[in-house]
Order: sequence, then C-alpha cells, then structure tokens
Amino acid sequence: MGNIKKILGMVWIILALLTAYFSIFYFGLPKLRTGQQEDLVFGLIILFILTPIVSVGLAIFGYFALKGEYANDKM
Amino acid sequence: MQNKNKTLWKVIGASSLGTLIEWYDFFIFGSLSVVLSTKFFPADNPTAAFLSTLATFAAGFVVRPFGALFFGRLGDLIGRKYTFMVTLMLMGGATFLIGCTPSYESIGFLAPLIVLVLRLLQGLALGGEYGGAATYVAEHSPEGERGYWTSWIQTTATFGLFISLVVILLTRLFLSESQFDEWGWRIPFVLSIFMVFVSYLIRKNMDESPEFTKAKAEGKTAKNPLKESFGNIYNLKYVLLALFGAAMGQGVVWYTGQFYSMSFMKTVMFLHTDQADLILGIALLLGTPFFVVFGRLSDKVGRKWVMLAGMLLAICTYRPIYACMYQLTNIQTKTERLDLRAVETSFVKHGDSHNRVTRTSKTFTDGTEVTQAVTTQITEANNPILKDGMPQESSRTTVFLKGSNYALLVGLIFIQIIYITLVYGPIAAFLVEIFPVKIRYTSMSLPYHIGNGIFGGLLPAVSTYLASNAQTKGQSDFYLSGLWYPIIVASICFVIGSIYITKTMTANQIK
Repeated sequence: MGNIKKILGMVWIILALLTAYFSIFYFGLPKLRTGQQEDLVFGLIILFILTPIVSVGLAIFGYFALKGEYANDKM
Repeated sequence: MQNKNKTLWKVIGASSLGTLIEWYDFFIFGSLSVVLSTKFFPADNPTAAFLSTLATFAAGFVVRPFGALFFGRLGDLIGRKYTFMVTLMLMGGATFLIGCTPSYESIGFLAPLIVLVLRLLQGLALGGEYGGAATYVAEHSPEGERGYWTSWIQTTATFGLFISLVVILLTRLFLSESQFDEWGWRIPFVLSIFMVFVSYLIRKNMDESPEFTKAKAEGKTAKNPLKESFGNIYNLKYVLLALFGAAMGQGVVWYTGQFYSMSFMKTVMFLHTDQADLILGIALLLGTPFFVVFGRLSDKVGRKWVMLAGMLLAICTYRPIYACMYQLTNIQTKTERLDLRAVETSFVKHGDSHNRVTRTSKTFTDGTEVTQAVTTQITEANNPILKDGMPQESSRTTVFLKGSNYALLVGLIFIQIIYITLVYGPIAAFLVEIFPVKIRYTSMSLPYHIGNGIFGGLLPAVSTYLASNAQTKGQSDFYLSGLWYPIIVASICFVIGSIYITKTMTANQIK
C-alpha cells in the first residue's frame, strides 16, 4: 500500500496540472472574454481562487504522497 | 453519568440552535434572491447587477474560507465559546440589517453596496461558526461517541434550509402577493434578530470546552495557530488530506442533493416552484434524522467508510436517479387526455405595451398537469408585433405532478438526502479528531469551508456550463451532463480517501 500511495502521488501532480490547464483555458479566460459582468466575476473566481487552491493544493498533496509523507508509519 | 449526559444535551442544544440560526440566516438570502434582486439589484443597471453577482459568488466562495481562518485563529487563541458567540452576533446583526436596508429606489447605489457588505459579513460569520460549534461539541463529548454527539450539529445545515423554506412559505401564506413584495420579504430577515437573541442568552451561560480549558491552563495553546496549522508540514499534510480525501467529495454530494436537485426540478423538469420547494422540504424532513443514525454508526464502524459509502453510492447512482427524475415530467412519453384540455386567453397591459397570454392546460393519463403560457407582444389592434418577420413570443411551462409520480420524486430526492447524511453525518467528528486541540478550530475550518464553499459552491455554475455545452452540441441526454462535475470530484475524493485515510491518523491526534 505504501508504494501505491507513492506512485499515485505522480497521478495527483499530473491531475493538478490538468486541472490548472482546464481551469485557465476552458473555464477562466473564455469567461473573461464574453463581456458579461456575471461571467467576469465567475472567470476571476475560477482564475484567482479555484485554480490556485485546487491545483497548488493538489500538487502539494501529490508531492507529499510521492515523498512518502502519507506512509502508515508517518501518520 | 446522567448529569454528564444532561450537560452534554445542554451543550448540544446551545450549539445546535445557534448554528441552525446561522444557516437559516445564510439560506434566506438565497431563497429570497429573486425578490432581493428587484429591491436592491435592478437588472437594467449594470453596476447594481455586478454587485449582485459579487454578493452571490463572493459570500459563498471567497469569504467563507477567510472567515474560517480569521475566526479559527481567534478560537484557538482565546477560546471556542467566545468566538462562536461573536460569529452568532455578527450573522444575526448582518441578517437583521439586510431586512432594514432601504431599497435601491429610496437610496440608490448605497442600497446594493450595503447589502453586499452585509452579505460578505454573513459569509465571514458562517466561516467561523461551524468549526467553533463542531469543535465545542466534540470537545465535550466522551471518546468513542463523538460521531453521535457532533451529528446533531450536522443536522443544522439541512434543518436551517428547511426552516428558511417554511418561514418564507408561512410569510407568503399570511400576506397577499403585493404585501409580500412590498415589505413582507423583510420579515424572515428581521425575525432572525429575535432567534439570535434567544440563542445568545442560552450560549452565554455555557462553559468553555474542557479540552481547551485544560490546554490553556497547561500553557499548551498555540501562539500562532495559522503558522502552526499551515506552516508545519506535519499538520499541512492532514489539512490537504482532509480537503481532498473527505471535504471536497462531501461538498459536492451535499450541494447536489440539496441545491442542484432543487434547480433541476425547477429549470429542467419545469416543476411548479411551490411543489418543488415542498418536495425538497418533505425529503429534508424525512432525511434529517439519518445524520444522527450515521453519526452513531461512524462511532461503531469508523468514520472513513461511512463517508466513502455515501460518495460511492452518489457516484454510481446520480445519473440513473436524474434520468428517472427527468422522465417523470417528460410529456413526450405520456398520453394526454384530450377531453380535459383547456385553453384560455387573457390580455395584459404594461404601460404602453400590450401582451396576449394564451394559457393551455393539459392533463395526462397519469395525473400530470402541464400549463403552457405563451405571451405574445401585440398592438392595440391585437396584431402580433413582428421583429425580423417573427412574432415576439415567450413561453413558460409549469408542471404539476400527482399521485405515484409525486411520491416517486420525493423518494428520489430523499435518496440523495440519505447520501448527504452518510457523508456529512460523521465529517465533523472526523475533522475534529485528526487535528490536535491547540490548532483544531483553525485546521478543521479551512478544509471544511473550501470543500463546501468552493467545490460545492461552484457546482451550480460549473454544472450549468457543462449542461448548456452539451445542449449546444445536440446531445440527447444533455440534462445529465451537469452531473459530471460532482461525479468526477467525488470519484477523486473517494480514491484519495480510501487509500490515504488510515485509522492511525486519528488515534495519534485525539490524545
């Protein structure tokens, strides 16, 4: 189980990068370009609140997993 | 033992009542958003509409986690009791003042600005309240029973939504439509101050949590809770695990069952608003006791698998459930009783414009009633006004369900409420148990409010985006596409939770 936890760490880091890509280029930036104020607020929240929390948070989680911080003897 | 239980019930009562009122305060703004927008945020004014969007998004997404940090820090420094007294007063005061704020017509831009600030204060207070109440109750509870006792706090969010629907429904019942529109909508807001006052009196006489009192007496409280919570790798990894392995999945399951279902009934199934509210209300009422059932169960079998079972069930059954809901009002598959069809036409004059409203009522063999109202802009001579050669028409469909279809819909919503009780019932105890006393309030509040405020709060916007995208592409089951967001988020959370959450992680911290 310890090895699976570590290997999955890579998966979480890749997922974090994918989330950042989709959040920025599919949800965030297109919303800023519609010209509608509701979309503007939504786009700003996606870019500056959701993306950093999800992507950076998930990437750090993946890094900890990869380093073995979630191994049973360290919990 | 009896005395101890009596004290615990007093603690539960005082904490739950306050938290219930806070949820009530938070939800009435959402439930009355249509009225509020006409009073404070006129759509034809772009700045006011912008402030409205900010009030909707910011209070739920941005401010709640900040409230969690601000009040969490305070709670770990000066104590749980005083902190959640402050959040209670802040929430009650803000809600009361929203009810007293003059409309846009009276004071112009100041009105939406005041309401925005008050709404942000509501979000801030909510961010601080929940963690305080959950921590306070958990720290009074005997070991091995935290799931049961904290589950009472867990009922408050759902019950708060239920009470807000009931208060609005009763206010509407006793007032005429014009009275409600003119001043009646203020009643649910103003009422809050009385409830908060009662709750304040009850909470005032409560003692500080025993675990915090002990830690303080021994000089073991945190000097800098924020730094110790998030600057320390050992604790940060728990915060991240709590977020990605529990809270984010719980947030999307919670929002799908309570809010996406409501919006689906009203905007996709075209169910009459009152009927949709009532169906949700019944399901909430029937489902609420299960928070306690699953909280208790988590004491026996562990928190992890009770929460993850709720997520797994949601992942596997959301699409069939919503497909079934959709079919309940899909008139393409029903047989109409033509002998009961009725058509009536009325004329409405708004200023200089004239409208012709043609209302067609259809009844189907299974008892479903559908009313389609087509509004056509006409000239004084009763001829349709044409624009680019086309008549200016808008259509509105309202569906009423009856008999077994009605019961089936209640059942389908009830199932989703059960999923909520599975994931939400034990989560307070789970979060409390993985963090040590000195930084518990701060550490548990942040993942909870990010999971709910951000992952859950964004659900309506993201799901609507996915569904409208699918509709544009011509997908026949576009109405199910919005479910991909909760399904994917809950799936990731399920995998993380099942692999990384271990029994030892809680055992190390409780001591």
